[in-house]
Amino acid sequence: MNTIKRFFTDRDSLASLLVTVFAGLFSLLAGIVLIFIVSKNPIQSTRNFLLAPFLRSYNFYYLLIVMVPITFTGLALCIIYQLRYMSMIVDASFYTGAVVATAIGTQLNLPPGIHPAVAMLAAGAVGGLIGLLPAILRIKWRANELVSSLMLNYVFYFFGSFIILYFLRDRSQTILSSVPFKESFRLPRLVENTQLHAGFIIAAVFVVLVSLFLFRTRWGYEIRLTGANQKFAYYAGLPVTSIILYAHFISGFLGGVGGAVEMAGLYRAFIWQMNPSYAWDGVIVAMLARKNPRFVPISALFFAYLRVGADFMSRRGDVAFEFITLLQGLIILILASDRIVNYFKERRLKRQVLSRTGASEGGSR
Amino acid sequence: MIDFIAGVLTSANYWFIVLRSTAPILLVTLGAVITEQAGIKNMALEGSMLWAALTGVIASAATGNAWIGLAAGIGASVLVALVLGFFALKLDANAVLCGVALNLVATGGTVFVLFSLTGDKGISSSLPSKVLPSLTIPLVKDIPWIGKVVSGQNIIVYISALAVVVIDLVLRRFTIGRRIRATGENIEAARAAGIDPIRIKFLALIVSGILAGFAGCFLSMGYTSNFTSGIAAGRGYVANAAQVVAGGTAVGSIFAAMLFGLMDAMATFLQNVGMPPELIQALPYAVTILGFVVVTFIRDRREAERKRRLFSGNGSGGSGTGISHARTPRSKAQGLTHGM
Repeated sequence: MNTIKRFFTDRDSLASLLVTVFAGLFSLLAGIVLIFIVSKNPIQSTRNFLLAPFLRSYNFYYLLIVMVPITFTGLALCIIYQLRYMSMIVDASFYTGAVVATAIGTQLNLPPGIHPAVAMLAAGAVGGLIGLLPAILRIKWRANELVSSLMLNYVFYFFGSFIILYFLRDRSQTILSSVPFKESFRLPRLVENTQLHAGFIIAAVFVVLVSLFLFRTRWGYEIRLTGANQKFAYYAGLPVTSIILYAHFISGFLGGVGGAVEMAGLYRAFIWQMNPSYAWDGVIVAMLARKNPRFVPISALFFAYLRVGADFMSRRGDVAFEFITLLQGLIILILASDRIVNYFKERRLKRQVLSRTGASEGGSR
Repeated sequence: MIDFIAGVLTSANYWFIVLRSTAPILLVTLGAVITEQAGIKNMALEGSMLWAALTGVIASAATGNAWIGLAAGIGASVLVALVLGFFALKLDANAVLCGVALNLVATGGTVFVLFSLTGDKGISSSLPSKVLPSLTIPLVKDIPWIGKVVSGQNIIVYISALAVVVIDLVLRRFTIGRRIRATGENIEAARAAGIDPIRIKFLALIVSGILAGFAGCFLSMGYTSNFTSGIAAGRGYVANAAQVVAGGTAVGSIFAAMLFGLMDAMATFLQNVGMPPELIQALPYAVTILGFVVVTFIRDRREAERKRRLFSGNGSGGSGTGISHARTPRSKAQGLTHGM
């Protein structure tokens, strides 16, 4: 409660909140303009886009389901961004995590409950190790982590689909599909006759865990300190290298678990024909949340709302679903523009400084 | 297997494909080199290529002229670069993040536009788009092996070779090239010397946009004859890695791009002998990252060596340990913060 109060009384946070809300509203507006440009039936399409979750109960549950993977990738990227790194390797962690979970979900026989848990841990561990790679390349050889992670994403994507195709494929299916998961692997449903699965609760738990980790533990503090000023952290005697490494491991771990949860919760088999790339949605979730895991559920809700709206609209009209990616890019552009955010801060700072110097001019000097 | 690869490596057909797959990478790598030299990272090259590829197809289909398509494609690509410049240079946005955002806009936007125009999300085959011509070089085409490799390529392949020469000359010989490098090297010094760094960076972005435009149009109007969704396939990202391998020079770009091209071309051949296509498709990216790591490693070693000598001249410092200077606290902290 206290933090919330502090948040709203702190003008800087309020300024960034305003810009964030502005970015969200602007993207909605831009979306509507685009709909009016291309759609033959713009009113209907706009209605479907904006009100999708309230028009069908299916859409409402779908909204909650979509929140799950982007919460995981959003949390993972929050940690990376707290560190002021730009690695996108969560994409590979998530995809490979799903592949690892598929292997465990189809090949092992374990009791229900334990089966998905084992899969999540294994997927998380693999995801975490993958998450380390760009960080190691950066620390050891100063290779830009964004560039290397994007390359690695391609490598791991092709490698993962190779594993599915050559070791886990269901040959009776015409489309690419793994053999079906064991029944014990699947997560229970939260509401009968919907697809809403226990992964939603797992995601919520992870939001709490990551928030506590980042703001209530020494390790989280060290990550934030290293991100705020790496040289300072170094000279203060912090083991900067290992901080960077474990932050990346945890980030990749979250990605891997996310992939496993998605598999165990939503599917009967691995049926991704291409990489769903939830990491890119994670970028926007983390940025809208201002890299604070506590706000991840809110921004995930917002982005899931956009996604579900776009999906519903495209299935019932003539506007392509991909326009969501377009909006996504626009939001990032606005949020990345420091000058827009800083405009408010600077103006207030200037006023403060001016009034202060004006008041103390006669006295202290 | 070895016999097979040896057979491939000596076939003119293989090298023909190598040149063909190298050309687009070479062009964007040059674009990445010139912006990097000017001190701004152009992560939006991928987006530039995508828009160029789509716009080229649409414009050529609308006018029935491939050249107008090329011009329109380059225009679209430059526009993306200018938007990046506007956000990164005028609004102080993080250039890398903006590049990423513009790529997202391009990935979604091109499919969105394609679908709105044709009702198809995957491929532009319903548009009667044109293809840029291939050139047969007289005389050269009659040289036994070389003629088969060099002649008969698409015109963009020759343009990419020309671009290397031009960019190399500009960067090393012309005043504007020195200004570009000065801006990238030390922005304050450049400003003190009367250079407007913002203008230089915009200029570099425009040049990279033109180069990415050629590359994008080649993909949809030469390499293949359609626009397909995600046609750039990460080449814009590869360019940013290849730029490092190239060591910031135009001539180095040839080798860096060739690395990708060799693997890309080999992939088409290996597929025929039953190697899993997924692993082969991963090869070009894996090799690029390997080259990227090796080059940064070597460069770092050289840098450390240089610093070590500098410091041992003082008679003090971390040279006594025998380990490279990168181990001492100062440069370590710097190494971590700067990245490359």
